[in-house]
Amino acid sequence: MPPAVSLDHVTAGYGPRIALSDVTMTVRPGSLLAVIGPNGAGKSTLLKLIAGLLRPETGTISVLGAAPGVEARSVAYLPQAEAVDWEFPVTVGEVAMMGRYARLGFGRRPGAIDRERVAAALETVGMAGATDRQIGALSGGQRRRVFLARAIAAEPELYLLDEPVTGVDATTQEDLMDVLEAEARSGKTVIASTHDLICAAQRFHQAAFVNGRVIATGPSAMVLDQKLLSDTYGGHVLVLPGDGGRLILDDAHHHDQEAGGERHYHEDTRG
Amino acid sequence: MNPLAFFLDPFSYGFMQRGLVATLLIGVVCAVMGTFVVLKGLAFIGDAVSHAAFPGLVIAYILGLPLYLGGAVAAVGTALAIGLVSRRGRLRFDTSVGVLFAGTFAFGVLLFSTINGYVGDLLGYLLGNVLGISIGDLVQVAVLGAIVLAIVLVTRKELLYATFDPLGAAASGLPVAALEYLLLGLLGVTIVVSIQAVGVILVVAMLVTPAATAQLLLVRFERLMLLASVLAMVAALIGLYVSFYLNVASGASIVLVETLFFGIALLFGPRSGLLSSRLARQSRVAPSDSA
Repeated sequence: MPPAVSLDHVTAGYGPRIALSDVTMTVRPGSLLAVIGPNGAGKSTLLKLIAGLLRPETGTISVLGAAPGVEARSVAYLPQAEAVDWEFPVTVGEVAMMGRYARLGFGRRPGAIDRERVAAALETVGMAGATDRQIGALSGGQRRRVFLARAIAAEPELYLLDEPVTGVDATTQEDLMDVLEAEARSGKTVIASTHDLICAAQRFHQAAFVNGRVIATGPSAMVLDQKLLSDTYGGHVLVLPGDGGRLILDDAHHHDQEAGGERHYHEDTRG
Repeated sequence: MNPLAFFLDPFSYGFMQRGLVATLLIGVVCAVMGTFVVLKGLAFIGDAVSHAAFPGLVIAYILGLPLYLGGAVAAVGTALAIGLVSRRGRLRFDTSVGVLFAGTFAFGVLLFSTINGYVGDLLGYLLGNVLGISIGDLVQVAVLGAIVLAIVLVTRKELLYATFDPLGAAASGLPVAALEYLLLGLLGVTIVVSIQAVGVILVVAMLVTPAATAQLLLVRFERLMLLASVLAMVAALIGLYVSFYLNVASGASIVLVETLFFGIALLFGPRSGLLSSRLARQSRVAPSDSA
């Protein structure tokens, strides 16, 4: 089976700043892949490259058998919550319907099938009763549910989700992961960045460790590997023995630091 | 004077009829485009583009070309240039726009000051004089306005998606960059059309105020656009009556009526109404509500 996504020696960044260098990886169809790493590690950059929102400086990317962006209608991308203006005057139903727009084409209004798909998608994420509410009137978790409904309504082959479970309550996290797991089981490919290592280990099937480059890819149980974690997080991580290896991620540093400052207490683990 | 005559008499004059048709058309086009202007935070750009149209008007005047043509080239050109700067530039976006805006307007004023003799037409463009609009200009307003509305109608859901979530829209295959240039180009055309009515300086109010008022009242995009259009038309009508009976400038009257609507919505609107939220707070602490 051809890979859903493959990157071959890809280097990319924003202007003079390189965010990811020399990334080579493949993602098989039906994968449920967590992209993990500290802030500024290039997780979002990786997703944007695959979504065709950012062109690589060198290297080649193939998405669903074509260049990024070519099969855009089969790709659903969820931006980070901070990238969206929540005061915008759109309702839950309108946001979910946006998932159908690219299929519809210019000048065509949504029809019965589109409304059916949107209703089903909102039902799937547990937001069927909120169709007419303004998106900003919802809680953070409900907003993520609606955006996932938009993605589902697009009937994509590939989900690219930037921090889908960050800052949401535990119930929402479980519900969203149930939905994504079902999609992966039906052969769809799911790639999601996350800060939550526990979630990555328990609910995803594969994991990619990213910090300026791809450090490792493999089964998600690998997330508990202390050597890989310290390579990725530069030592800001402790794995406690017992309890099946509890993780403590010293994430406090990562929120206020530039990418270059992540490793300031530690030796560079890349060399 | 009987009430019917009060309302009908002003429109027995040809200039008032033409003025009414022009302001209704311009009001709707501005309100529709203004919805995007407000939601994308383009108010400052709208102001910049309208000021940048001025040198175009002056140059056309000096060269003896149709004024509209000069204004349109300058406005649409500036709007697209701003789009380019926003994608490529290193400076903060509003800084670039501020520099461009002041520079082009100064150039217009400089050229304006070199003209000897009658400049009444140009002054009309600076402050607006919709009651002086000719049949020929009215036809231009109608044709250009209809083109803008038709394009927005056909692309409105794509424009909505690209405005709300540009990344998600681009990833789903919508041509987001092209849509942004389209929007800026339409904004340029809208501004040139509207300058006739309210002048370079007040165009931004026609663009922003009705849409901002509607945003205080509604949460659905298409209804918001509709309400903004209705508000703009009502304001145009009332503004013209004010202008007629008080013998004051028509453009300024329309803008002030729109501003009054905005003030009312700000005070009483359900979404951010200052009074209604105060009342809501009071009722929340009222004993009858605390169970």
